[in-house]
Amino acid sequence: MTLAKSTCYFLRSTMKKLLLVVAVAVLYILHQDIWFWRSSYLVFSFIPIGLFYQGCFSVAASLLMWLLVTFAWPSHLEQEVEQAKPREDAAL
Amino acid sequence: MIPAIVVFLYLATVLYIGIFAFRRSAGRERAEDYFLASRSLGPFVFLFSLFGTNMTAFAILGSSGHAFNNGIVTFGLMASSSGLVIPLTIFLIGTRMWALGKKYGFMTPVQMFRDRWECSHIGTLIFAVQAVLLIPYIIIGIMGGGTTLYAISGGLVPFWFGGAIVAMVVMSYVFFGGMRGTSWVNTFQTVLFLCFGAIALIVIGAGMGGFGSAAEALKASPLAFLLTRERISPYYFFSYTFIPLSAIAFPHILIFCLTAEKMKHFKKTVIFYPVCILAIWLPCVFLGLMANRVTDVPQIRAKQEARRVLATQGRTMEPEARDQLREQSAGDDVIMLLLQRFAPLWLAGLLGAGIMAAVMASDSQILALSTMFTEDVFAFYGGKARFGETVQVMTGRIFIVLITLFAYAVALRAPETIFELAIQYGFSGFAALSPLLIAALFWRGSTKWGALAVTVWVASAVAFVAVLQEVVPAPAPGPATVLWAPGGVEVLSRTPGGTAVFGFMPVVPMVLISALLMFVVSLITRKPSAGAVARYFGGRE
Repeated sequence: MTLAKSTCYFLRSTMKKLLLVVAVAVLYILHQDIWFWRSSYLVFSFIPIGLFYQGCFSVAASLLMWLLVTFAWPSHLEQEVEQAKPREDAAL
Repeated sequence: MIPAIVVFLYLATVLYIGIFAFRRSAGRERAEDYFLASRSLGPFVFLFSLFGTNMTAFAILGSSGHAFNNGIVTFGLMASSSGLVIPLTIFLIGTRMWALGKKYGFMTPVQMFRDRWECSHIGTLIFAVQAVLLIPYIIIGIMGGGTTLYAISGGLVPFWFGGAIVAMVVMSYVFFGGMRGTSWVNTFQTVLFLCFGAIALIVIGAGMGGFGSAAEALKASPLAFLLTRERISPYYFFSYTFIPLSAIAFPHILIFCLTAEKMKHFKKTVIFYPVCILAIWLPCVFLGLMANRVTDVPQIRAKQEARRVLATQGRTMEPEARDQLREQSAGDDVIMLLLQRFAPLWLAGLLGAGIMAAVMASDSQILALSTMFTEDVFAFYGGKARFGETVQVMTGRIFIVLITLFAYAVALRAPETIFELAIQYGFSGFAALSPLLIAALFWRGSTKWGALAVTVWVASAVAFVAVLQEVVPAPAPGPATVLWAPGGVEVLSRTPGGTAVFGFMPVVPMVLISALLMFVVSLITRKPSAGAVARYFGGRE
């Protein structure tokens, strides 16, 4: 891999991680929905807006987890375990 | 009686699953097989058993009861914040613990701490604090079982007998089936109580003639504040986002993380965890809220009357009278009252079984305590080397019987409120222990003395809050009682629901001071050997 390519890969990977950290922080802040604090508006004429919002928040949390699993999965841990196995087998 | 029969059939099924698991593992009396199901759980069982382990009676009974008295805030406080924080901690910490367990054979968090920081007795102290904080959950599980069977049978099954049945069933399948039996039962239970929410919503909604008119009527009534969060402090709401940090610090959750066969099994758990929480909590919170419009159930009317008296005359009452009213207004049984009112008998029985499934979540806590005792104490202090692995497993089984008998005996004698409070402290305590895990796994500079400082701090802080809440009675709903305000700054207050520090729940300063202590003490104390650090972070040994 050339220096330019590896620098590009490093930047892309760092950028990706940074974006995911920002996404987690933003979602954490969005949990404090002070904008619906006093509203008793009923969505679909029966769900209070505050409850509806927090329900949507849970779906958004699930989507964020999908992003984390897809783009920041710690696959190096799996590799470490796989590498440790042959050593253990050899020791036996 | 029909609902009680359905619930008994459910208990028999659960027992059979546990014993079937025992047959499956017969002849493999290895500690790793009994305590961790040989680290072989598949993705489906892993997702549902891990989720089910973390859902207690509170998920159905407590959530609807809390929503009945406090409104929609319940979901944001306890469910949606957990839906973000818990899977995040499983993603960051659970996967790392799994890898370390596979590499080094750890079966408990304390084993990892001992190896990571090269400490022995500090590990024992961490075990002791974890055990003391965990025992109330087991006791409250047995109490919940007794109360639920009593309510479902219409009083035919007395509390002592219901508690004994639940304790016996749980003890039997944990005793025989170990982790394999517990995880299979948990999977079955989780499927059952995930269905509960949707079915209960449809049945009760149909019985009430739709929710639209009930919601509009609630909006037009003096109880309209339940549809908003206007009576809740944003500080209090924010504080609650610290509580889900406790989940990954619970030994039974962390031990469950070691049972996955492959790391990729974590993927489904992490992604679907928030949706599972949504599926169970949203219907329960909504139904608890709507119960306020069910005016033809005398018990619900009595609760509303107690709440009204507490709000209007509470400040002029004696603390004991206030506590009595609080107990009368507690809504933990509203969902059962709604089912009795609106569901046909056979369906009430099935849904009752769903409630029992949530109540019986103490199984994995009992197994975790047994695993911790046999690994962190028995094996660590030479028992395994001296007597062998078969005796170790037998010791674990004897411990399960003893801890269940102890919990049952205490459940019969002590008032439930004590343990409800203990659990309240327990959540804060485990949340404040989470910096131990973060430091051990992510900071090579952390030391055993930092871990000791955190453990001593958590034990002291939990004890302090417990004593304070025992000595200073809770005020009536409304302004808090200020206990310490140097220079006019309100530092410490006693609130109707607990204690506040600078307006936040105690869990906030507890977690922040834990993290600070770990950092400062680790900076000034001797680091573990290079070899120990290299095992976790790579580099030269």
